[in-house]
Amino acid sequence: MPRIAVTVDGIKYEQDVEPRLLLVHLLRDHLGKTGTPIGCDTSNCGACTVLLDGKSVKSCSVLAVQADGSDVVTIEGLATNGSMHPMQQAFHEEHALQCGYCTPGMVMASIDLLRTDPDPSEEAIREGLEGNLCRCTGYCNIVRAVKRGAQNVGATS
Amino acid sequence: MSEIDPAAIAEQADVPTEPKQASHEVGRARRRKEDARLLTGRTQWTDNIQLPGMLYVQFLRSPMAHARITRVDVEAARQLPGVVAAFSGRDFAAEQGSLPCAWPVSEDIVIPDHPPMAYEEVRYVGEAVACVVATSRYQAADALEAIEVDYEPLPAVLDMNEALTGTSPKVHDQGNQAFTWKFGQGDIDEAFRDAPVVIDRTYVQQRLIPTAMEPRAVVCTTDGQSFTMWSATQIPHILRFLLAATTGIPEHMIRVIAPDVGGGFGSKLQVTAEEVLCLLLARRLGKPVKWTESRSEGNLTVHHGRDQIQHIMIAAEGDGRIRGIKVDLLADMGAYLMLVTPGVPLLGAFMYNGIYKMDAYDFACTGVFTTKMPTDAYRGAGRPEATYALERAIDELAHELKLDPMQVRRLNWIKHEEFPYTTIAGLTYDSGNYEAATDRAMALFGYDKLRAEQADRRDRGDPVQLGLGISTYTEMCGLAPSRVLGSLSYGAGGWEHGSVRMLPTGKVEVVTGSSAHGQGHETAWSQIVADALGVPYEDVSVLHGDTAISHKGMDTYGSRSLVVGGMAVLQACEKVKEKARRLAAHTLECSPDDIEFSQGAFKVKGTSQQKTIQELTLAAFAAHDLPDGMEPRLDADATIDPENFSYPHGTHLCAVEVDTETGQTKIRSYVAVDDVGRVVNPLIVEGQVHGGIAQGIAQALFEEAVYDAEGNLLTSTMADYLLPSAADLPTFVTDRTETPATSNPLGVKGVGEAGTIASTPAVVNAVVDALRPQGVHDIQMPCTPERVWRALQ
Repeated sequence: MPRIAVTVDGIKYEQDVEPRLLLVHLLRDHLGKTGTPIGCDTSNCGACTVLLDGKSVKSCSVLAVQADGSDVVTIEGLATNGSMHPMQQAFHEEHALQCGYCTPGMVMASIDLLRTDPDPSEEAIREGLEGNLCRCTGYCNIVRAVKRGAQNVGATS
Repeated sequence: MSEIDPAAIAEQADVPTEPKQASHEVGRARRRKEDARLLTGRTQWTDNIQLPGMLYVQFLRSPMAHARITRVDVEAARQLPGVVAAFSGRDFAAEQGSLPCAWPVSEDIVIPDHPPMAYEEVRYVGEAVACVVATSRYQAADALEAIEVDYEPLPAVLDMNEALTGTSPKVHDQGNQAFTWKFGQGDIDEAFRDAPVVIDRTYVQQRLIPTAMEPRAVVCTTDGQSFTMWSATQIPHILRFLLAATTGIPEHMIRVIAPDVGGGFGSKLQVTAEEVLCLLLARRLGKPVKWTESRSEGNLTVHHGRDQIQHIMIAAEGDGRIRGIKVDLLADMGAYLMLVTPGVPLLGAFMYNGIYKMDAYDFACTGVFTTKMPTDAYRGAGRPEATYALERAIDELAHELKLDPMQVRRLNWIKHEEFPYTTIAGLTYDSGNYEAATDRAMALFGYDKLRAEQADRRDRGDPVQLGLGISTYTEMCGLAPSRVLGSLSYGAGGWEHGSVRMLPTGKVEVVTGSSAHGQGHETAWSQIVADALGVPYEDVSVLHGDTAISHKGMDTYGSRSLVVGGMAVLQACEKVKEKARRLAAHTLECSPDDIEFSQGAFKVKGTSQQKTIQELTLAAFAAHDLPDGMEPRLDADATIDPENFSYPHGTHLCAVEVDTETGQTKIRSYVAVDDVGRVVNPLIVEGQVHGGIAQGIAQALFEEAVYDAEGNLLTSTMADYLLPSAADLPTFVTDRTETPATSNPLGVKGVGEAGTIASTPAVVNAVVDALRPQGVHDIQMPCTPERVWRALQ
């Protein structure tokens, strides 16, 4: 089995992995990082989105071996000094989650969206989050949250 | 051992001697308590649970819609690395029982045997025929490929009308008709005799896949005697009861926990094959087992929703006044009757009259077996179907009479001064104000201006036409008065249980029989309790979803949690206050009648003497000086049975642009004004409405479960079954009117299903309205660009 080295939420792991092991299963079943859920098996829903070297990926579509030498940030690694990331805070303020299952992926994708568009329009947010599905909110409050999150991130950077 | 010193405890725990809580919590847009764990990845989804020695289960599923199983050989699978056991359906034939149907709706009902793992015949693609238990997920999945199954194909039965002909192959030996059910009031023949206008339409409610974002998952462990099951379920209490009834394992030996559950929409209101089998596998192997479905597996095997052919007829006067409505339904049951499969269309039976007055009503429904996944409850369950057919047909009536569709609705609806009103379907609507909600919606929508634009586009021959769709709906929620459920042959009651536990430091633990899976009960129940007991919102915690903690409950579905479960919690609070009043009178040396309660303090009328509820709780805990006969606790339980359903209503308006050259539709604006009675948390209410509208729009424009001619599900993945994304939906404009329910003390009505019930007809009415000049009167849902384009050719 190949051995990989991967940093997840600031902690370094060395792990023997089956070549076919998906990154999301490495996170959930081997590293105990269950904050990242799985919502489908066709990479449509985006619930498992994480940041791989700073860019959002659906961790069900990445093999663990492809993450060798990489830095992974999950929803569990966003808070600093016990405070939620401004995007997490914005989702809370705008009631942008109900059951919360899509939320980790939605938050990670939203953070990545701001990387390329720090002040996105409503249309840009809707297009930008097209790869993340939510069944509860109808997306209205998610759009509001990303707008507020963009302001929050801007204010703190 | 040192003696308990209440004063010391009081000081240490900061027990207030002055009431802390001043403002009203009910009505406040509190941000949710649930969010902290959900936003930071500290949620306990069932699939997150890991137990020492845990084994992983995978099911082999039928690739045939209908076949006789002639051989299953699991031996090769047993030899593979990591495989602990492999079983065929026959291996469990003696102990697996039959999956329960709790709603035998009629005397003629046929409830076929439904083994959790098939061993003689399969009747839909996806039905489990064998399973593997292994030390890892991947090994279990690998081993499925080593199982050999021989099938002798039988003909698929897919079309409901064909299924009812004498020449159709049979799904079950007993035939393809599951039941017939009839209901009527008034003289329907008289209503239709010489009626100036008769509208006669047939609509098809396509089959939908509920698609909660969290796939189903089950974990079950045993200590050799008792069992603990975690399941992504909406109904831990009902599940426990029916697991016992199905398997014969005594109920007190089963504990069911619904941990954090990622949405349900009715799809997790079920007793599933996988739950029963995980229980039996844990028993047989003596080890903890886990099963988590893949999404593709879920699309095949989570119960589907809708799937009805609706024949609706309206008889009306020449001015648009409705005389009577006649409905004849065919409802696709799929291959078996699951928990409430046959009851779903009947939940619509009392709603085809909607908000309108009429002299006669007639309803008939035939349940039909097909070789497809069974249908069952999906958000709204029967009521969206009824509302769709009615609101579509009302538009047809308006068109026939060349009247504005809103004018026809106004002419027929129950006026606000006429409540309480007993409808032709026999329900008594306690309150409502259709005029107020409609006036507000029309103003927000700019109805007249949009009609003018529509006329202009029509005159110009604009390739992009504009359509306006109306839906003025009501629904029966707050399921349900037990005596009504009994009269409809449902197998259980509709009550709910709540407990309030006063902790020594004055903090409050609330236990609810409701089982939240995204609704925000922890927040809303805290608000109710904070007001009722005059304690800080932060001092209340809400426990749910574990039969060992919440020992009684009827769980969460049918927009019932607040209306029934919330009221049980409120009543438990009242009992706590009554006990505290007696203790306060004793402590303050007065009569209980001289005590008044306000904002968390029990005061002697006309004096400054008082005791806070926290002080009294601590006094009850210490129990040094209680009135004679008083138990040393202020805790209380309440189980309540609602006296009536609740009837939220509202007006939804939708403007759709339709490109007549491409068939593309675009929702330009969507306005919803809902009246869900008094609102506990406007933030939560708005969120429920948003999500409900999105699901209703999804039925109108996007979603459909499609089986091919052999009975294979073509939409078995998320790539094929189109859930709308953020890019597919507009921002909704929502507002409320507030006409309190009179059937419960808080005046609440429930909001979980309103958006879904209202929105589908609003959207399709708009699409059809856009194309009326081109002679289009109906478009089959979902109104895809192809279907719209074809309708125009």
